[in-house]
Amino acid sequence: MAEEVIGLRNVSVRYGDMPVLEDVSLSIYQHDFLGIIGPNGGGKTTLLKVILGLVKPDKGEVRVFGGDPLQNRRYIGYVPQYSLFDHSFPISVRDVVLTGRARQALFKRYTDHDRKLARSALEVVGMLAFKERQIGRLSGGQQQRVFIARALAAEPKVLLLDEPAAGIDARVQTEFYELLGRLRQKMAIVMVSHDITAVSVHVSKIACLNRRLYYHDSKELLAEDLEAAYQCPVELIAHGIPHRVLREH
Amino acid sequence: MITALEYGFMVNALAASLLAAIACGIVGVYVVVKRIVFISGGISHASFGGIGLGYFLGIEPVLCVIPFGIASALAIGEVSRRTRLSEDSAIGILWAMGMALGIMLIALTPGYAPDLLSYLFGNILMVSRSTLWVMLALDVIIVTVVCLLYKEFLAITFDEEFATVIGIPAHKLYLVLLCLIALTVVMLIRVVGVILVIALLTIPASVSRRFTNDMRKMMGISIIFAALFAITGLYLSYLFDLPSGSTIVLVSGVVFLLTSLIPSGHNFKY
Ligand SMILES: Nc1ncnc2c1ncn2[C@@H]1O[C@H](COP(=O)(O)OP(=O)(O)O)[C@@H](O)[C@H]1O
Ligand SMILES: [Mg+2]
Repeated sequence: MAEEVIGLRNVSVRYGDMPVLEDVSLSIYQHDFLGIIGPNGGGKTTLLKVILGLVKPDKGEVRVFGGDPLQNRRYIGYVPQYSLFDHSFPISVRDVVLTGRARQALFKRYTDHDRKLARSALEVVGMLAFKERQIGRLSGGQQQRVFIARALAAEPKVLLLDEPAAGIDARVQTEFYELLGRLRQKMAIVMVSHDITAVSVHVSKIACLNRRLYYHDSKELLAEDLEAAYQCPVELIAHGIPHRVLREH
Repeated sequence: MITALEYGFMVNALAASLLAAIACGIVGVYVVVKRIVFISGGISHASFGGIGLGYFLGIEPVLCVIPFGIASALAIGEVSRRTRLSEDSAIGILWAMGMALGIMLIALTPGYAPDLLSYLFGNILMVSRSTLWVMLALDVIIVTVVCLLYKEFLAITFDEEFATVIGIPAHKLYLVLLCLIALTVVMLIRVVGVILVIALLTIPASVSRRFTNDMRKMMGISIIFAALFAITGLYLSYLFDLPSGSTIVLVSGVVFLLTSLIPSGHNFKY
């Protein structure tokens, strides 16, 4: 059995008196490429933040590399949901990626090693040519690649991506998933999305989240899980999902 | 003709303008890009309590504003995190409490009525030599901290959450940044007064943004503009016998309007 990199046991989260996650248990292993789908507001972003220690669960336990998320989250590369940053911020692509190295030596300048890692991260995502560009002057797909490079510059062992393909056109998406496929050789990847079709084609395991998590540690979804999560007949959601993913009961 | 006495005032005033420009040029860039203008307004108004305290205790008000401003900055940074109060309510409350406390303490101080207006609206012609030394020391602190923490500040102002995840003590550094704002406020109180501080924290940085997308260059350009605004305002106020603080702020505002009319290669919203 591969090493468990992230483990959640019976995790519940509520904002005020609104439950957002209920009794979520999940194990993620080395080299997994886990897709988590679910409707908007289903708690996907919250789940990632729980893993990152940014949101404290009300109940349950979170382990990251066998330890406290606050201690070990630096081994996680985080690619946040795209829309959240200030597009007019005066920062170049290179400096964005370098912030992935900013913790390495507090109070010191970036070293040549930091710059080399940032450069090769930009190369991996195919954005080296844009390194001087102000971040807001890139297309959505290009920005997404830069944020992946920023995460990679920190040399993570797991990559968490929050809706990375939103707002990227279909052709670029294919390249994008190929990139993730390559990265998966070196690390586990967890990708959150509300686009069922895209996710089910590219990932190695799939889970469905709407407050509760429906997951069988495999690339199979049960029709009843999907119906429970989306609260509608499976025919309405399932078009486009390959038959090998959706198991009839 | 400028008399010798006036000449002495003017030299001190010019020196104060330049020293204040360095602080507000650098720190103002963070205020503008991190969008903490309201927080900065809160810190500067709350600092007025420190002026009142200085009068009441018979200590030089500027020295009293430093600890008071830093305490206000830390309070604003912490209150919203520790309590269920929203951040802007916390700021609003401290803003008004500081002002009220300052006026109360001044009223309770026996003896002569201090020159309230000069602290509310600034009077750069009253800057003394010892104040200049304090301002120089504050500039040295601000420049040193920003040099040491430049990359960390960039990381937390661009994306605080990501910075936290990779292991930067983002909240602590944010508090350090608020303290730098408090120190800058102390310098600017002398130049434009508590109420107008926010103009010199935001206008030079906003203008500089039209010329570059690099934060370091923004700081340099913004220092130059802050100095130009202060010196031009000072000159005009001398020439036409106008209140110096308001003249400086109005000059800044006019230049800001003019530069926003010029089409630029960096036309993002501010
Ligand atoms: N900081 C917050 N405070 C209160 N409610 C929140 C907060 N963040 C998210 N929520 C609510 O929690 C629910 C789940 O949100 P989220 O995890 O962002 O879902 P998803 O990413 O699947 O769209 C939503 O109903 C959202 O409104
Ligand atoms: Mg989300």
